Amino acid sequence: MNASKPFPLNAWYAAAWCHEIGRELSARTICGKNVVLYRLTDGVIAALEDACWHRLLPLSLGHLKGDDVMCGYHGLVFNSAGRCTYMPAQKTINPSACVRVYPVAERHRLVWLWPGDPALADPAKIPNFHWNDGTQWLGEGGTFYQLKCDYRLVIDNLMDLTHETYVHAGSIGDEAITAAPFDVTHTGDTATMTRWMIDIEPPPFWARQLGRPGRVDRWQIVTFQAPSVVVGDVGVALTGTGAPQGDRSHGANGAFLAAITPETEMTCHYFWNFVRNYRRHDAQLTKELQLAHVNGGAGVYDQDHRVLEAQQAAIDKNPRSPFYDLNIDAGALWARRLIDRMLADEQARVIANVAAE
Amino acid sequence: MAKPIEWAATRLRATRELTPDVRLFEIEPDRAFVTATPGSHIDVVVPIDGRPQLRSYSLIGPCPDGLYRIAVKRLASSRGGSIGMWRLKAGERLTISAPSNSFELSYGRPEYLLLAGGIGITPIYTMALALKQAGANFRLLYAARSRGDLALADELARHIGERLQLFVGEEGQRIDIAGEIAQLDRRGELYVCGPFGMLEATRRLWYDAGRPVAHLRYETFSNAGNFADASFKIRIPRLGLEVDVPANRSMLEALEDAGVDMIFGCRRGECGLCVLPILEASAPVDHRDVFFSSEEQATNGKLCTCVSRAASGCITVDTPDRMPTQRHSPTSLSCRA
Ligand code: FES
Ligand code: FES
Ligand SMILES: [Fe+2]
Repeated sequence: MNASKPFPLNAWYAAAWCHEIGRELSARTICGKNVVLYRLTDGVIAALEDACWHRLLPLSLGHLKGDDVMCGYHGLVFNSAGRCTYMPAQKTINPSACVRVYPVAERHRLVWLWPGDPALADPAKIPNFHWNDGTQWLGEGGTFYQLKCDYRLVIDNLMDLTHETYVHAGSIGDEAITAAPFDVTHTGDTATMTRWMIDIEPPPFWARQLGRPGRVDRWQIVTFQAPSVVVGDVGVALTGTGAPQGDRSHGANGAFLAAITPETEMTCHYFWNFVRNYRRHDAQLTKELQLAHVNGGAGVYDQDHRVLEAQQAAIDKNPRSPFYDLNIDAGALWARRLIDRMLADEQARVIANVAAE
Repeated sequence: MAKPIEWAATRLRATRELTPDVRLFEIEPDRAFVTATPGSHIDVVVPIDGRPQLRSYSLIGPCPDGLYRIAVKRLASSRGGSIGMWRLKAGERLTISAPSNSFELSYGRPEYLLLAGGIGITPIYTMALALKQAGANFRLLYAARSRGDLALADELARHIGERLQLFVGEEGQRIDIAGEIAQLDRRGELYVCGPFGMLEATRRLWYDAGRPVAHLRYETFSNAGNFADASFKIRIPRLGLEVDVPANRSMLEALEDAGVDMIFGCRRGECGLCVLPILEASAPVDHRDVFFSSEEQATNGKLCTCVSRAASGCITVDTPDRMPTQRHSPTSLSCRA
């Protein structure tokens, strides 16, 4: 019996950007499963277990043969349904020979993969990530592949933005964040942290985005979708123009997007983007915003990256030390509660019965 | 290279007759129940003639109540598994393997055709329920000798309604396999489980129809052949050996019993590792493997010793043994001797 993992398997996880998957074999580890992804000749993406049925050599070390994958060791060929279609030195094919297939779907410019029971993979359950479509909102993000921390540490980070004051001082950090009250609400599979900072001096980053002088109302409305997507509706508007009441026309509105995929129990892939709905055709701005987030160690997310890996390293060194929680952790705690519920449901499915000793 | 089997202690909770010779076994694990995907089987340690042996049985149904269910047909001439199973009483202890799957169902195909013959319904039943739940486009054609042999037919009709079609041999009903294959979507898959003749016919027709081999799915354990299991003799001139194969032992088992060094993989006629060359046969060779093509089988050059056998009489084979030590007297051993 497997010890329970910190992530549910019956969920859609971002595995790649659509543009990263083409007519070659791309390997990823998603929730501990080694997967090889590639595009069929008709453009559809296939995801197979990255281990040959024969001697377990990763199929990603082989090569594509039309729509099939040929193992780079003894030449077994598997089709996109994971069925073996060729065996060397025999006239027939062993009917048992197959590799697992993972349900995949392309949506919102990302490839989503379902590592759990394929019978339950319903595309309607793909997280709402439409801000990433590149239509209404604009931005070019990226991925921190193999970030060395438990994926939940990234969720904690995004569900509590008071850290901006300390981690991102000089850009988006501001004392006003720590001073403003916030609200946390939740549904069955989402948790939302809302904070309004009324009539403040805009922090440097937002002053530039707004591009006009004056005090502002600033908002952060951060929504977690279980088990691992976070979308933050953030922005500023000139104070007194009605932003808290819903009129954001005198402001600048952006959204940070995060799809955080467990790679292993201790590492994750962090797909991020920062999108905006103003100056949408300004390619220069798109580039600047990307660099503001990730820029060889100088971006905002580079700062988070450092903190997250250092935090995980400290946790590893002190495996028995508990975390203590503060009031500011309410959003993160709700997110974790929703993840735990998914895990419990999944566990109940797996162990339908444990008989008494 | 197979993974080591994980064994589990269980108790036979109850049995129930599904037909006059098919019995359902409900097996309750002492510890954790492991959910299994459609097409999975468990290996059961069955006492046969006083010695424990392994038999594989498909799991029936999604088991929401934490019981493993299998069905076993009582066969007069089986290799002993069914008799051993039928002797078990409710409450008895039983050792089984964790479920594993070599007959995996894929999802997302545009169409599925499921074919079941007799007791072959067990994995197909579970697949049908899963496909129904997934909202897939599928049909199940289920044949048996008599109406009374159609185990699980009522439950199936309840779950999948019109998607089920029954064929009773005694009443002259036959599945038109070729016609059904012709109708199936080009990207559709066919899953078949039934007597060897049904599997053979389906494989041939599928091949003749030019369908992709990978879209025909089947599993091979507990295959019966074209002839009833009977005892016969093996002669191995190179070793100067004569080995009797009882009706309830495979050739591979009998050779192992006699101390002949054999290698093997699947022990169900798939991998070709247990193959030996045939030198001579006094009776028809009953090829029950899926490793050789039908052309290869027709030449009678080699056979898979784990499943294939001689219909009777005697078969002379060679072995890869090239040890210099002299065995028994190298007198002439021939089937006609
Ligand atoms: S390991 Fe892939 S063909 Fe042998
Ligand atoms: S052991 Fe695999 S075919 Fe006999
Ligand atoms: Fe941050």
